[in-house]
Amino acid sequence: MASSEEDGTVEEKENNNKKRTKSALVTAWLTFYNIAMTAGWLVLAITMMRFYIQRGTHKGLYRSIARTLKFFQTFALVEVGHCAIGIVKTSVIVNGVQVCSRIFMVWFVTNSIRQIQNEESVILFLVVWTVMEISRYSYYTFSLLHHLPYFIKWARYNFFIVLYPLGVAGELLTIYAALPFVRRSGMYSMRLPNKYNVSFDYYYCLIIVMLSYIPLFPQLYLHMLRQRRRVLHGEVIVEKDE
Amino acid sequence: MSRISVVFFEVEILDAKTKDKLCFLDKVEPNATIGEIKSMFHKSHPQWYPARQSIRLDPKGKSLKDEDVLQHLPVGTTATFYFRDLGAQISWVTVFLTEYTGPLVIYLMFYFRVPFIYASKYDFTTSKHWVVHLACMCHSFHYVKRLLETLFVHRFSHGTMPLRNIFKNCTYYWGFAAWMAYYINHPLYTPPIYGEQQIRLALIIFLFCQIGNFSIHIALRNLRPPGSKTRKIPYPTKNPFTWIFLLVSCPNYTYELGSWLGFTLMTQCLPVAFFTLVGFVQMTVWAKGKHRSYLKEFRDYPPLRSPILPFIL
Repeated sequence: MASSEEDGTVEEKENNNKKRTKSALVTAWLTFYNIAMTAGWLVLAITMMRFYIQRGTHKGLYRSIARTLKFFQTFALVEVGHCAIGIVKTSVIVNGVQVCSRIFMVWFVTNSIRQIQNEESVILFLVVWTVMEISRYSYYTFSLLHHLPYFIKWARYNFFIVLYPLGVAGELLTIYAALPFVRRSGMYSMRLPNKYNVSFDYYYCLIIVMLSYIPLFPQLYLHMLRQRRRVLHGEVIVEKDE
Repeated sequence: MSRISVVFFEVEILDAKTKDKLCFLDKVEPNATIGEIKSMFHKSHPQWYPARQSIRLDPKGKSLKDEDVLQHLPVGTTATFYFRDLGAQISWVTVFLTEYTGPLVIYLMFYFRVPFIYASKYDFTTSKHWVVHLACMCHSFHYVKRLLETLFVHRFSHGTMPLRNIFKNCTYYWGFAAWMAYYINHPLYTPPIYGEQQIRLALIIFLFCQIGNFSIHIALRNLRPPGSKTRKIPYPTKNPFTWIFLLVSCPNYTYELGSWLGFTLMTQCLPVAFFTLVGFVQMTVWAKGKHRSYLKEFRDYPPLRSPILPFIL
C-alpha cells in the first residue's frame, strides 16, 4: 500500500516536471520567435530608411526589400499555429484573417504585379506594417521576459488607432492601382471552355477582396479597441455570447 | 390508516444572466413536465414562446428536456430554474423546405437559360449535350426526394432551430446550386472526357446511392414510433441497402457522399467537386458527433462501426 502511494506521488512529480519543462520550452521558443521577428522588421525599417536617404526617391525601394519582406511576413504563418495549439491566447480566426490578408498583399499583389511596385500606396502600407510589427513583436518579447516598459505597451495599443486605417488605405489603393494591369494580362485567370468546367477571373476576385474590407476591417479595429480598453484601462469587457 | 397527500411544488424562474425573478408559479403538480412549465411561463411572458425557452437547473448548465418531470429533478419543493432566451426560433421543417426548394428552382432557371445569365443569344435555348439533360433530371430528382422526405419521412427530435440558421443554410445551398448550375448549363460546357462510359458509371453510382440514402431514412423512421423522441441503435433490416449499418453509424451520409461523387463524375465540373468536398467535411463532423453520442448512450453499441466511412473515418 505504502509503495503504491509513493509511486503515485513520484508519478505526479514526474508529470509536474514534464509540464514545467514543456512550458519552459514553449516560453523559450516564443521568446526566440518574437526577438527574431522584431529584429527582422527592424532590419526592414532601417533598409527602407537608408534607401530613401541615399537615393532621395521611393522608386526601387520595394525591390530592394522584397525578399526580406516576403521571408518575414510569410514566417508569421507560424503564429496561426501558435493560436491553434493554444500557446498563444489569440483566436485562430482573428490572427488567421490578419496573416492571410498580409500574405495575400505580399504574394498575390505586390509580388506578382510588378507595375505597381513603385506606387506611393505601397510605401504607405510598408511603413505602417513596419511600425506596427516592431511595436507588436517587441511588446510580446518584453512581456515574455516580464520586463515590459510602459512606452512599448502604450505604443502597441495606441499606434494602431491611426496606423490601421492608414494601412488599409495603402492596401486598397495598391489593389485598385493593380486592377488595370490584371485585366490586361488576364493573370491567374481561367476561361471557358475547359475540361474542368470552371472559370476564374482574378480581376473580379480582387474587387471582391476590396469589398470584403468593408465588413472585416471594422471588426478587427473594434477588436483592437476592446483589447486596448482592457489592457490600458483595466476595463472588463463582456463579449456577446454566440 | 395512511393519508395520501399531494405535495404541490412552487416554481420560481430566474434570468440566467441577471438572476432577476421572472416568474413565480405556485401549486405546480409534482408530475408536471418541463414542457408544461414552459407553457405556464409563456403565459406570463408571451414574447417567449416555449420553443425559445432554455430552462436549466444551473445558470451555466445544460438545458432541461421538455419530457423531464418536476418531481424527478434534484429540486426541493420550491424549485428554482434559470431561463435563457434562445432567440427567435424557426421550425426544422420550414428550414428544410426553404433550403431545398431553392436549389431545385435555381438549377432549373439555369437549365432553361433564363435571360440575363448567359449571353442573350442563348436565352431559352437548350444544351446540345444529352448529359446536361441527364444532370438536370438527377439534380431535380435529388431535391424533390429531399422535399418529400422532409414532409413524409423524417421524424425530427428538435422542433426548432435558431432563426439565423435559415440565412446561413440557404446561402450555402442556394449559392452552391447557382454556382454549379451556371457551369453545367453553360453554352461552353465541355462534356466528360470518357464520354458515355463515364456518364453511365456515374449514373449507376448516383441511383444506387439515392436508393441507399432513401432506405436508410426509412429504416431510421421505423426505429421511432410516431410522436416519440426515443433513441435506439439502428440495425440492418431485410433491405440490402441497410446492411451497411454493420460497418457505419451514419450510412445516410455515406450514401449522400456517394450520390454527389456520382454527380461530380457525371458532370466533370470542378464546382460540383468542391461542393461534394465541403459537404463531406460537414457530414463527417455530424457523423462523428452522432457516433460519439451513440457510444455514450448505449453500452452495447457495435464496436465494428465507423462514423461515416467503413474502417476509415
